[in-house]
Amino acid sequence: MILKRIPSLPSWSTGFRELDEARRDMERMFDSLTGFTTRRSAGVYPPINVSEDSDSVYIRAELPGIEIDDLDLTMEDNTLTIAGERKQVIEDDSAAYHRREREWGAFRRSFALTSRVAGDGVKADYRDGILTVTLPKAAEARPKQIPVHAGA
Amino acid sequence: MTVLTKERTKKEMEPRQKQEITGAEATRPGPIFTPAVDIFETESSITLLADMPGVLADGLGIDLKDNVLIIDGRVEPQASGGERRLLQEYETGSFRREFRLSNMIDQERIDASLSDGVLRLTLPKAEAARPRKIEVRAG
Repeated sequence: MILKRIPSLPSWSTGFRELDEARRDMERMFDSLTGFTTRRSAGVYPPINVSEDSDSVYIRAELPGIEIDDLDLTMEDNTLTIAGERKQVIEDDSAAYHRREREWGAFRRSFALTSRVAGDGVKADYRDGILTVTLPKAAEARPKQIPVHAGA
Repeated sequence: MTVLTKERTKKEMEPRQKQEITGAEATRPGPIFTPAVDIFETESSITLLADMPGVLADGLGIDLKDNVLIIDGRVEPQASGGERRLLQEYETGSFRREFRLSNMIDQERIDASLSDGVLRLTLPKAEAARPRKIEVRAG
């Protein structure tokens, strides 16, 4: 596990896809029976998903409608910080609002990473409202193939 | 007398859970979410902004029939098949929402654009529905 500490861990994840899906199905069934939504708000912005493969760790965040200049990503002492601001769009003064649900404001989240990440190779990509941070694993953290020799 | 000045600080972003639609029949597998929207009206048009992160232009459907506007966005999974999930705070699925409009939209001139996961839909009002200024002449 690459994340040592996440402030206010929102929802538990079992790490097993099948179990997670079964849990969500149960929650959905419960919601439809009671009319209440049981899932808790993540309580943090932006919500992130973290995954890994043998080469890298991926952090993805849902951040629709952000100017790239308003996004600030920093890596310091193995702490990755995603900060920024979603600005309120001021439309025509004469516009009358019927609905205003889209949130705006400043945000900041930090993640402590283990030393298994090669910090200088971190890449970030913002596309279609999704921020993807790719953290390449340090050489010693990658799986290694061990050759087996036949005995003489 | 001291005057207290309110320090202007940046507004913090309010976290908002994605709202899942439950109980609806879906034709695609996976959850369906309600996008957060802003709707505002000016003299000449109604504009709708919807947050739909992960939706591409070719996965977006906008349908207006019998004054019911349906916006529908398909989201492809972002992680490749070989990735192992470590933490999940948001689910990916489709976005869908319906709106009932008054019948004064000029359907021919509806304009839609999608940028950075935000849909902007401009619905111009039909000429007949625009307020007209009536001159009052002095007798």
